[in-house]
Amino acid sequence: MDKSIVILGSGTAGTLTANRLRRTYDERECRITVVDQNDDHVYQPGLLFVPFGLAEPHALVRPRPRQLLDGIAYRSAEIDRVDLTADRVHFTDGTSLGYDVLVVATGASLLPEETEGLTGPGWGEKVHTFYDLPGAVALHQALERFEGGRVVIDVVDLPIKCPVAPLEFAFLADWYFQRRGIRDRVELTYVTPLDGAFTKPVAAKALGGLLKEKGIELVTEFALGEVDGTGGRLVSYDEREVPFDLAVVVPLHGGAEYVDRSPGLGDELGFVPVDRHTLQHPDHPHVFAIGDAAGLPASKAGSVAHFEGEVLAHNIGRFLAGKPLDASFDGHTNCFIETGFHKALLIDFNYDTEPLPGHFPGALGLPLLKESRANHLGKLAFEWLYWHSLLPGRELPGIGSAMPEHGKTHTPA
Amino acid sequence: MTTATYADTSVTVDDEGFFTDPGQWTEPMAEQIAREQDIATLTDRHWTVIHFMRAEYAAKGTGPTVRILGKTSGVSVKELYQLFPKGPAKTAAKIAGIPKPRGCI
Ligand SMILES: Cc1cc2nc3c(=O)[nH]c(=O)nc-3n(C[C@H](O)[C@H](O)[C@H](O)COP(=O)(O)OP(=O)(O)OC[C@H]3O[C@@H](n4cnc5c(N)ncnc54)[C@H](O)[C@@H]3O)c2cc1C
Repeated sequence: MDKSIVILGSGTAGTLTANRLRRTYDERECRITVVDQNDDHVYQPGLLFVPFGLAEPHALVRPRPRQLLDGIAYRSAEIDRVDLTADRVHFTDGTSLGYDVLVVATGASLLPEETEGLTGPGWGEKVHTFYDLPGAVALHQALERFEGGRVVIDVVDLPIKCPVAPLEFAFLADWYFQRRGIRDRVELTYVTPLDGAFTKPVAAKALGGLLKEKGIELVTEFALGEVDGTGGRLVSYDEREVPFDLAVVVPLHGGAEYVDRSPGLGDELGFVPVDRHTLQHPDHPHVFAIGDAAGLPASKAGSVAHFEGEVLAHNIGRFLAGKPLDASFDGHTNCFIETGFHKALLIDFNYDTEPLPGHFPGALGLPLLKESRANHLGKLAFEWLYWHSLLPGRELPGIGSAMPEHGKTHTPA
Repeated sequence: MTTATYADTSVTVDDEGFFTDPGQWTEPMAEQIAREQDIATLTDRHWTVIHFMRAEYAAKGTGPTVRILGKTSGVSVKELYQLFPKGPAKTAAKIAGIPKPRGCI
């Protein structure tokens, strides 16, 4: 078999998928081409630390092609659209590429301009986001200048990448201002469209409790309609107001823009609908999606892309061999949640099981839903694992795609 | 699971009052449910959203979120909040007799 697999996007998901496939199938079995519009791979979990001066921006960036194993073709080009009837990808430079199997791994994009006033007066001065590298750097400078007042963290709507990151930002802000000795001059408010601190009830309770403990006000069911940067106000659609001196906003997310220009590929938000277990497109069996690009009821997180990768590489092999797909993704998600003071919480869940207390991955492992130093060290170790194990498509020792059950306490929500 | 009576007919609803079986819903029930949600009368614009909610539920098995409604129903998010001040996706789902829309994670 000499088949061509084209992978769109060389972020976390595209890179690890290419490397997993290359490890499993040699070059005579399939050609693998990975496409990306720029050559800088940013370690996105590190963006959380940049505003607080806890990570150096340049240390988070590495060249994309260097993360790919030998025998994978890398193409630097911007995707214009996918023609699903002709099985071709068209690029903005006028060239195109055919495929036997297409993997969409172009992630989620930030859409700040979709919220009225968000990118208006005050954007980059009093109104910030840490969800991309330039934003995180600008916020670092703004925080350094900040001497007191109202800091508001707002999530506009879900889905977002790493739904716990805004909470982590709030916890770290509390710690940051304490270290600077001005915490008593800062009012911290966490504003969310959800009816609690998090989507999942057990975790929402634990995380809501932590916000309270740290003196961070929680405003729920707030659907952001407008940002008044000059007046320093967030205004909801139902006309409630939250005043601020500094706003940290996580903007709306959508899929990559070309998805909308590709008839039949995506949903209303530009994400690619796929079977929640096999990751295969419902109408186009030779199209798959992975990572943030996929329209699945799972978190948009690097850990999820990692667990999906194992299933996807196997299923693509089955597909190319003409056999029925048999690997099944269970929605497994695993997130460390930094809480400041050298501590972190860990949550682990899937489509059907709530984040539960206990230990991960077994009875002697890291504590779940509880702050600990060990979890903080786990979060820091993740960066090394990301570059050296996750991206190269290796198995993480003891952590497979299926969610572990050992060591969990099944207390009702 | 409990029952509620709308337009003299008993229907099953969940703990939060959302229909569990959209097949039990009829148009005359909508006005009464709307009044429980502090909406005095249903205008044509309300009905556009209600019919859209039911069609989406029938096609996808879940009602749309506010953002998707704003993008696809022909009614902007701003107007949706004017029509259904207490939260458009949830209120419209309740009046349209479909289960609570599943949000994102
Ligand atoms: C602040 C923050 C903190 C986070 N913390 C964590 C964490 O602690 N743990 C965790 O597991 N995850 C975390 N994440 C989430 C994680 O980074 C993402 O889920 C992960 O990167 C998703 O991988 P992906 O490959 O799907 O998308 P990406 O890594 O974003 O890659 C998508 C790629 O597609 C390319 N692309 C898009 N459009 C085009 C086009 N038209 N043409 C060509 N190329 C295109 C882009 O250039 C990009 O390289 C965090 C994210 C953020 C923002």
